[in-house]
Amino acid sequence: MSAPLLSATGATRRFGSLLAVEGVDLEVRAGEVVGLLGANGAGKTTLIRMLLGLLRPSAGEVRLLGEPPSRRTRARLGYLPQGLGLYEDLTVAENLAFTAEAFGGRLEGPLPDPELEAVRGELVADLPLGLRRRLAFAAALGHRPELLVLDEPTSGVDALGRARLWDAIRSAAEGSGEPPGGAPVNREAGAGVLVTTHSMGEAEQCDRLVVMAAGRVVASGTADGIIGDASTVAVRAPRWEDAFAACEAAGLPVALVGTELRVPAAQPGRVREALLAAGVRAEVTLTRATLEEAFVLLAGRAAA
Amino acid sequence: MIAAGSGDPQGDAQVRRAARWGADDLTVRYGARLALDRVGLEVPDGGITAVVGGDGAGKTTLLRALAGAVRPAGGGVRRPPTARVGYVSAGPAVYRDLTVHENLAFSGGAYGLGGERLSRRAAGLLERTGLLAARGRLGGQLSGGMRQKLALAMALLHEPDLLVLDEPTTGVDPVSRTELWRLLAQAAAAGAAVVLATVYLDEAARAAGVLVLDEGRTLLQGPPGELVARTPGTLLDAPARPDGAAAQGWASWRRGSRWRLWSPDRSAPGAGTEPVAPDLEDAVIVASLARRRPRELEEAAA
Repeated sequence: MSAPLLSATGATRRFGSLLAVEGVDLEVRAGEVVGLLGANGAGKTTLIRMLLGLLRPSAGEVRLLGEPPSRRTRARLGYLPQGLGLYEDLTVAENLAFTAEAFGGRLEGPLPDPELEAVRGELVADLPLGLRRRLAFAAALGHRPELLVLDEPTSGVDALGRARLWDAIRSAAEGSGEPPGGAPVNREAGAGVLVTTHSMGEAEQCDRLVVMAAGRVVASGTADGIIGDASTVAVRAPRWEDAFAACEAAGLPVALVGTELRVPAAQPGRVREALLAAGVRAEVTLTRATLEEAFVLLAGRAAA
Repeated sequence: MIAAGSGDPQGDAQVRRAARWGADDLTVRYGARLALDRVGLEVPDGGITAVVGGDGAGKTTLLRALAGAVRPAGGGVRRPPTARVGYVSAGPAVYRDLTVHENLAFSGGAYGLGGERLSRRAAGLLERTGLLAARGRLGGQLSGGMRQKLALAMALLHEPDLLVLDEPTTGVDPVSRTELWRLLAQAAAAGAAVVLATVYLDEAARAAGVLVLDEGRTLLQGPPGELVARTPGTLLDAPARPDGAAAQGWASWRRGSRWRLWSPDRSAPGAGTEPVAPDLEDAVIVASLARRRPRELEEAAA
């Protein structure tokens, strides 16, 4: 197995008395897409800043492409911030030329993405958001980085656009295809990809997930493995409002999905009792938790 | 009336019966740009309806029309008087330099609420949103999730008949999102008609009814279970994209490390592929493909 492109070992960061990140272990290897999940304040941003070398760990170690993060190693990674990081008063081609030069390359010839090529002379400020996002992708991928760090990469994109962007991410991870803004890639190993997201749909696109809560890694593995044996009680009632009120009155953490109710991590007997006490007839079944439900349970346990 | 999430015929009939609030053949123009093109929407009382689409699909325009802030160029909206609408716009919907409590008092005043009723409603909402301990904090010092909960509490103060929320969960983490949905469910359980815009399809799948907008037009509409069941053609799962799939008329996209293949009129293209039940994400991709490239697909399939 190849050495990890990115690794944190016991990474810890304090801000005064606040322990923002504590003892985090994380690895991203060539060809894999790793999702980093966490509630706001879980320490994701602090961890990313350490991984990029923008913040020094208080304890533990971070390695980027086999060495401590530096300007030199950062030039071999592509970073797509949530705000896209584009220059609004430059044209499409100027944005790509600027980032290419920042990474020691040059922009040559027509852009492989025909929709971007069609607007290469237009100011970014005049582009619709969908095209801006594709341009930001092209800029992050243009210098054929060995490692990609993407922050909510498909937020605000419609389903078809999201499928296209994931195609670009997967192609980069497989080392196949063309990056949207640069020359064709030809390398043996694909890029490693780290994706931070609040979207469970996006999380399920990843090969592996790392879940942070309260500064620590509280779970890691496949989405299926993270759900594990977490269960949810599903409730179907003729009138969901009645069952909802009964569960709330009993202090159960009830959620509405369609016209069905879900009570994560509850005992079916406890839910039946609550419904009975309110005189509500309903069908109660034990089902597997969703990834989002499992995540909320993990975050809740870490906070307690 | 409750919109049924299941695909049973009775439930569907319930959904199709016109709700009190909604839009009919709504067309909105901004200058030369057509923002909405004959869009219909039903927002039933006592249920949550989701409007989903990418940036620029027309979600905000539709919700602003329901809130009474946009004049239709054609068609119309069915909405209660403005005083009976609660509206949360996208972006900063709270005053950053007012405290949580002051934000609520200000909003209550705008809806004509005061005295005993305002104090009682504000206290109840602070409790339910978990903002009680933060009531003296400035709006600008709240986390994104807390800010959205405050904005929602401000819109719920006057117990509106129609609650309109523009992307309340964009960028909000799953813990806060779950809390926000519980507040929406409470409002719906009390009888309010709730409509929210979202960019997350997995979130839209939790609503009783969904409208998918694409470039200002209706792409799909109905209960999520029904939209999925209505997905046309053949959908397959494959570990890799088979050679020549496109030439044989198969559209393909990634799903994690695997592939989805879809054709309007073909069956399995070869070994290693398995039929797979679509989810809402698949249903919307298929509908987008069918709309955007009908000719390409016909040519490829010919």
